[in-house]
Amino acid sequence: MATGGTFTREAWAVFRKDLIVERRSKEGANALAFFAVLLLFLFYFALGPDRDRIRAALPGLFWLAFLLAGLLGLGRSFALERENDCLDALVLASGDKGAVYLGKVAGTTVLMLAMEVAFIVGAGLFYNLDLWGAIPRLLAVAAVGTVGFAAVGTLFAAMTAQLRAREVLLPVLLLPLVVPVLLAAVRLTEAALASEPWASSPWWRLLLGFDVVFLVAGLLTFEFVLEA
Amino acid sequence: MTRSRALGTLAALLVLAGLAAGLGYAPPDAVQGNVQRIMYLHVPAILTAYAAIGVVLIASIAYLGGRNAVWDRVAAAAGELAVCFIALTLVTGSIWGKPTWGTWWTWDARLTSTALLFVIYLGYLLLRSVVDDRERAATYAAVVGIAGALDVPIIHFSVQWWRTLHQPATVLRPQAPTMDGAMLAALAVNVAAFLCTFAYLASRRYRLLTLEAEAASRAWR
Repeated sequence: MATGGTFTREAWAVFRKDLIVERRSKEGANALAFFAVLLLFLFYFALGPDRDRIRAALPGLFWLAFLLAGLLGLGRSFALERENDCLDALVLASGDKGAVYLGKVAGTTVLMLAMEVAFIVGAGLFYNLDLWGAIPRLLAVAAVGTVGFAAVGTLFAAMTAQLRAREVLLPVLLLPLVVPVLLAAVRLTEAALASEPWASSPWWRLLLGFDVVFLVAGLLTFEFVLEA
Repeated sequence: MTRSRALGTLAALLVLAGLAAGLGYAPPDAVQGNVQRIMYLHVPAILTAYAAIGVVLIASIAYLGGRNAVWDRVAAAAGELAVCFIALTLVTGSIWGKPTWGTWWTWDARLTSTALLFVIYLGYLLLRSVVDDRERAATYAAVVGIAGALDVPIIHFSVQWWRTLHQPATVLRPQAPTMDGAMLAALAVNVAAFLCTFAYLASRRYRLLTLEAEAASRAWR
């Protein structure tokens, strides 16, 4: 087990590596933001021009988009490691594999948050809704929900990245498990859009509890996944 | 082998006793009439499914702890049976729901969370089937088995808060059960019958998996 300082430094190194790769290639963020805007269009075509309908469905649409785009982001996060056998280097690197896990979770979370901001701004523009005042609260929910999604997602994506059937297997394994995140986050997003008081909402506890449980589970089991 | 046969015989006898108790000995429900008798299958099925999920969890942790293939086979056998018993719960619940609630399916809290469990453990079996390397399959399955079990209480609460129509639990709750003594006895016999059946089937499945592993290792030589 590494000491606290080394652990943080190792996690930070993995996180920074992901950000640098992202900054230089811009593949992930561009593709994800484009996909998010595309979903905006598709949702609009699917629901029709009625603004009230869009407005009523908005919290659900947000999180459907986040989950779908998040699946792409996760797949990419480990596709990156597969190229040039980067994953082997991560396995061989000395130090705690939990640090690698946290670094990857942080990288995925930041990438997804960038996409989520694009989606929220895009929704405000294209659906002609006044979301600006709600943005800080929306981002708060998005951040906490995304950490939970990325916590389970990173663990599972590390597995499925090495398999033949990864495109199908990741959503099939991940989506049922993150249903609590979807339920809680949609409720909190509703509250954020309606500017309701929400500090004492049980959904916060559920969402935070989910984050903690799966971050700990991921920290403890990621080593096995990486070395399998 | 004789021990396994004895367990099988005990399971068969208990199932027969359970059927007799559920269909004959227990009185019909005051409100629902005979329809309620499906509970003698429904409740034992879900309790057995939870037991199977617990076995998957324990065997998964044990596997990651020592990389002993025995635990992987225990988890595999229990995982398959968990899916079977969850399916049985959903089907019996549906059959009961049609005359009682007037619909085969409703997005009630416990139906929804049971359906989610079904999908999660179906994914667990799918993962097992697509990984070729035995040790890798075992490790991945163990991680998903642990994650799935951790999600069970979270799903339970989230879906509970999300919506509920279902009658509150009558057996597994802090106060004394609100059920006729004869009904409770019939239910207890059926729970024992289901758990025995589970143990028997799991032991047979485990044996088969062991033989398959032996055959595979012989083929290599």
